[in-house]
Amino acid sequence: MTILLTRRGFVLGTAATATAVTLAGPRAFAADPLKVGFVYVGPVGDYGWTHGHELAREAVVEHFGDKVKTTFVENVAEGPDAERVIRQLASSGHGLIFTTSFGFMNPTARVAKQFPKLKFEHATGYTTGPNLAVYNARFHEGRAVCGTIAGHLSKKGQVGYIASFPIPEVVMGINAFTLAAQKINPDIKVKVIWVNSWYDPGKEGDAAKTHIDQGADIICQHTDSPAPLQTAEARGAHGFGQASDMRSYAPKAQLTAILDDWSGYYVQRVQAVMDGSWKTHNVWWGLKEGMVKMAPYGDAVPDDVRKAADATRDGIIAGTLHPFAGPIKNNKGEMKVADGKSMSDEELQKMDWYVAGVEA
Amino acid sequence: MTDSAPVLVLLTVISAATPLLFAAVGELVTEKSGVLNLGIEGMMLAGAVAAFAVAITTGSSTLGVIAGAAAGALMAFAFGALTLTLAANQVATGLALTIFGIGLSALVGAGFVGVAVVPLPKLAIPGISDLPIVGPLLFGHDALIYLSILATVGVAWFLKRSRGGMILRAVGESDLSAHSIGYDVISVRYRAVLFGGMMSGLGGAFLSLSYTPMWAEEMTAGRGWISLALVVFASWRPWRVLLGAYLFGGVTILQLYLQGAGGLGIPAQVMSMLPYIATILVLVVIAAGPWRGRLDAPACLGRPFRPST
Repeated sequence: MTILLTRRGFVLGTAATATAVTLAGPRAFAADPLKVGFVYVGPVGDYGWTHGHELAREAVVEHFGDKVKTTFVENVAEGPDAERVIRQLASSGHGLIFTTSFGFMNPTARVAKQFPKLKFEHATGYTTGPNLAVYNARFHEGRAVCGTIAGHLSKKGQVGYIASFPIPEVVMGINAFTLAAQKINPDIKVKVIWVNSWYDPGKEGDAAKTHIDQGADIICQHTDSPAPLQTAEARGAHGFGQASDMRSYAPKAQLTAILDDWSGYYVQRVQAVMDGSWKTHNVWWGLKEGMVKMAPYGDAVPDDVRKAADATRDGIIAGTLHPFAGPIKNNKGEMKVADGKSMSDEELQKMDWYVAGVEA
Repeated sequence: MTDSAPVLVLLTVISAATPLLFAAVGELVTEKSGVLNLGIEGMMLAGAVAAFAVAITTGSSTLGVIAGAAAGALMAFAFGALTLTLAANQVATGLALTIFGIGLSALVGAGFVGVAVVPLPKLAIPGISDLPIVGPLLFGHDALIYLSILATVGVAWFLKRSRGGMILRAVGESDLSAHSIGYDVISVRYRAVLFGGMMSGLGGAFLSLSYTPMWAEEMTAGRGWISLALVVFASWRPWRVLLGAYLFGGVTILQLYLQGAGGLGIPAQVMSMLPYIATILVLVVIAAGPWRGRLDAPACLGRPFRPST
């Protein structure tokens, strides 16, 4: 069962539900469905971040059927508005609430303190509590697989990287990609153009044109629209999809795509609340747990390259390959990670330097 | 790609400038009649989604372009009904039109996310389009790019040389005088507002059918507001709008090229500011130069028309 609400309708709807819940007593019978709430920062039709969470919500509904009742509120602005929405979900009988944007961290933490019996899950943050868990995905593992492919397929030895903002997650992605590509082609160059936006199709497309005009034959993007791939398709270059399988936009150009798959995690956490086994935690899941997945390879990826990419993926899954294993030098020539060592999660989450070979 | 780098840069600049040019020329005509429509962003989005939806369903990009223009004009009609017939506040209504357009286009476009469309065909002339440098720069664009230039020329001629243009300017400079000598102020303004909407719709259609051939929510990403600034930048003159649109497009693309070429040691964030710094500089130069005080804003801009009779 699904209740689709606008924010205005939500206020009216929850008033009615709240009354009903009070009359029946909260979860009086074991047969009552567990109500699960989702708070989204964007529209479900963004074909990127929020779309991924929405697919996972649908997976929860499919998996549990009548045993759950889900509610989602989309386009929630980060800040005070979010706290109001989360509190309304909390006070209308929801047993588990997922808030899916970094900026919902403080509002979620405040509401979680006020409702100690409910469970809260916040994506990409760092504040945990007895009833507040945090989860995030290791997107850079997918970047390493892309880097392996680019190392093999870039004939000109130059990759154009379109980046949004220089935050650790983006920097980490650029570095993981470059290190993997250098294992195949030590001389490969990765040039970065910052568009200072997560989402501006026109500017992203122009940045891709610029890269291709300046000699890149592979485009990698850490922005959300399919425009760079479309440009690559039109210009005979190749690229990687971001967050969704973007093959329909660029059937020839897409080599693979990094996919976010939250469904396994959501199903597991809903089950835990039902069993009473839910515990707080801070998890950072990747290829191994299936939170990060690779889309099927495009036709332009030959068999030997597919095998190499699979080997990178399987190595990361098995734990035999660390995307940030030393020796690693930064782009100023200083040794940052010694031979035989690899970077810890804490170091990765603060990364603010580029590996050698990156021109950013 | 055998073309030299400058030619490739110029080609990118032309496509980056075209949506701005459409919307800004349309807004210029609207403002010349004394109406300030801040809803460009909303009208562009309506045009973009309508053009995309119709092009996908009918398979004809020509029909798509027509639908884009019509959708922009329809949005403008709603604006006109509120601000001209009902004399509502133009600033508030224009802002509402933008927010409304964002929501409406997202709703209509929900079913078209993730669908690819065949881009507008390029009008290549065999032989001539293959000439070095001149060929790709002057020939071989899609029809909308030529239309944007033609529209600018047409508007410049209309405002300066035609009787209709003089009436329109008179209405924008002094609505009461124009009214007292027998011109129908509201009707003239309606036509100017509709033209502005149509041009914004065309700008949107160019975005979703040619520039980045896809539909995505809020794909205009602020281009409507830049167009609005371009009209002021151009001090309400069509030729300067053309110059401004290409200058703005040019600086935007140039900063991407500089980043790709090693960045000259300038932080990327500073380079992203370049187009806006350029805009401010030009405004300062205009305001402080020998043309001081002659920004030429239409005297009745933004004022509702209420004849005292």
